[in-house]
Amino acid sequence: MSETLTTTRPTMTLPIMTGRSLRLSLRSPDALLTALLLPVMLMVVFVYLFGGAVAIGTSYKNYVLPGVLLLCAVTGASTTAVTVCQDMASGIIDRLRSLDVPGTAVLAGHVAASLVRNVASTALVVAVAVGIGFRPHSDPARLAAALGVLLLFVAAVAWLAAAFGLAVSAPEAANGAMFFLMFFCYTSSAFVPVRTLPWWLRGFARHQPATPVTETLRALLTGQPAGPHLIAALAWSGGILAVSVLLSMLLFARRTA
Amino acid sequence: MGNDLVIEADGLVKSYAGVRVLSGIDLRVAGGSVFALLGPNGAGKTTTVRILATLSRADRGRARVAGFDVVRDRHAVRRRISLTGQFAALDAAQTGQENLRMTARLAGLPRHAARRRAAELLEQFGLTEAGPRRVVTYSGGMRRRLDLAASLVGHPSVIFLDEPTTGLDPQSRMATWRAVADLATRGVTVFLTTQYLEEADRLADRIAVLNRGRMVAEGTAAELKRRVAAQRLDLTCPTHAAFDQVSRRVGGRAVHLDPAGLTVGVSTDGSAAQVRALLEEADPGRDLIASFAVRGATLDDVFLALTGGSHV
Repeated sequence: MSETLTTTRPTMTLPIMTGRSLRLSLRSPDALLTALLLPVMLMVVFVYLFGGAVAIGTSYKNYVLPGVLLLCAVTGASTTAVTVCQDMASGIIDRLRSLDVPGTAVLAGHVAASLVRNVASTALVVAVAVGIGFRPHSDPARLAAALGVLLLFVAAVAWLAAAFGLAVSAPEAANGAMFFLMFFCYTSSAFVPVRTLPWWLRGFARHQPATPVTETLRALLTGQPAGPHLIAALAWSGGILAVSVLLSMLLFARRTA
Repeated sequence: MGNDLVIEADGLVKSYAGVRVLSGIDLRVAGGSVFALLGPNGAGKTTTVRILATLSRADRGRARVAGFDVVRDRHAVRRRISLTGQFAALDAAQTGQENLRMTARLAGLPRHAARRRAAELLEQFGLTEAGPRRVVTYSGGMRRRLDLAASLVGHPSVIFLDEPTTGLDPQSRMATWRAVADLATRGVTVFLTTQYLEEADRLADRIAVLNRGRMVAEGTAAELKRRVAAQRLDLTCPTHAAFDQVSRRVGGRAVHLDPAGLTVGVSTDGSAAQVRALLEEADPGRDLIASFAVRGATLDDVFLALTGGSHV
């Protein structure tokens, strides 16, 4: 029966799994719309409702954009957590495993789709921001660097969400990932300067990942030197990414033992 | 493949969270045959299938499928088998075509060949019209058919079907049976689990009966029927009180209990001497049994006699 034996090339598995995840994203328009519109709505709320009360000595529209982009990453990640959780709860994971698709390829497909969704939601947020008066003071090289820093953060958060989706048993619980991660965005310099936070929160706010990522994006978008924030941002994102990939591989192995 | 052994398992043991699910399972399945693993819920059928299909690892014991060890050579095994589980392994948000094309691509077919294979299988399972529709719109029977089609994409030589007809209407069940019979004629080895004796009787060359993680019998349907008893003696009682007394006297030997019809069934060889003795034993005062009948044993009786369960 040798003529019926087939082999899957590993290089082909990831594109196939990514295509699947993207198709599934497009087929659940409500989740997609939420992921696209929620950050835009939050930005409008921050700029027009809270913005007037925040005196930071510069345009709040310019100040808040990096924070909104972080919220985009977090909202997008909750979709990843939910879809990973759904995969594990349904029979599809058995079919994929019996087709010898590695668990990492299934998860990487979801993460890649998350990156694509995030590029779309980021573009939408930036377009609306420009529409309401955001003006970056930057150059193409800095903008490209900002996009790179953001995408690394998105990938880290998406892998973390994938691990979360593996760790919980119900999609509803997986959805909670978003709120957990949002907490980090709100307790950082994303929406208000750290010095305005209560004293007991400042230490945490300065030393958690959302602050250096925000500050790096802010510097790159306003044409200022990113300095030590850039290194901290890359270290945090890279570290979260590495730990999350390892953790999700362990969790996948445990779930399928 | 002739009659070489395609599935061999020795002493499979598996526990989940300290609960023993399999306590030493041995299996021998010949190439090109249909083998049924028969047992009630919780007997360990799914666990056995998952171990053989490389998705789960036994705590102890070894298994070879299509000539390869299911742990050490699991990648080689996976290229030769397919598994259709109890829950349809499909993306409900993708269309039937997309599901099959994705499976075919993952099985290693290039894009155009995958498209052709998907169309072929949709046709073979009567789903051509439904192909462009999302699976979420399919009926249970259609999903099962698509699931089976998906498991055939890579031309596996061994197919595992875990309760392929549970929850299906009679028409879809017949369609699935035809598909399985068709696979067998093409030389594919089919390993299926079922709780339906009729299904095992209809499809399988050999049947193994599994109960609480142990193999209680193995053989052809005819051998199993012979092993227990050829006939069943049904004792019908006049009152509930009499029914209770007779069931108590017969005890664990009852292979059939029907409280509504006030009937207790016990195995017998059908000889006058044994029937007389059984009547005497169940009703020494000669006032508990109104009528009796001797009938041919069904596989249900065999099953219940072997697993020691009672039937209500």
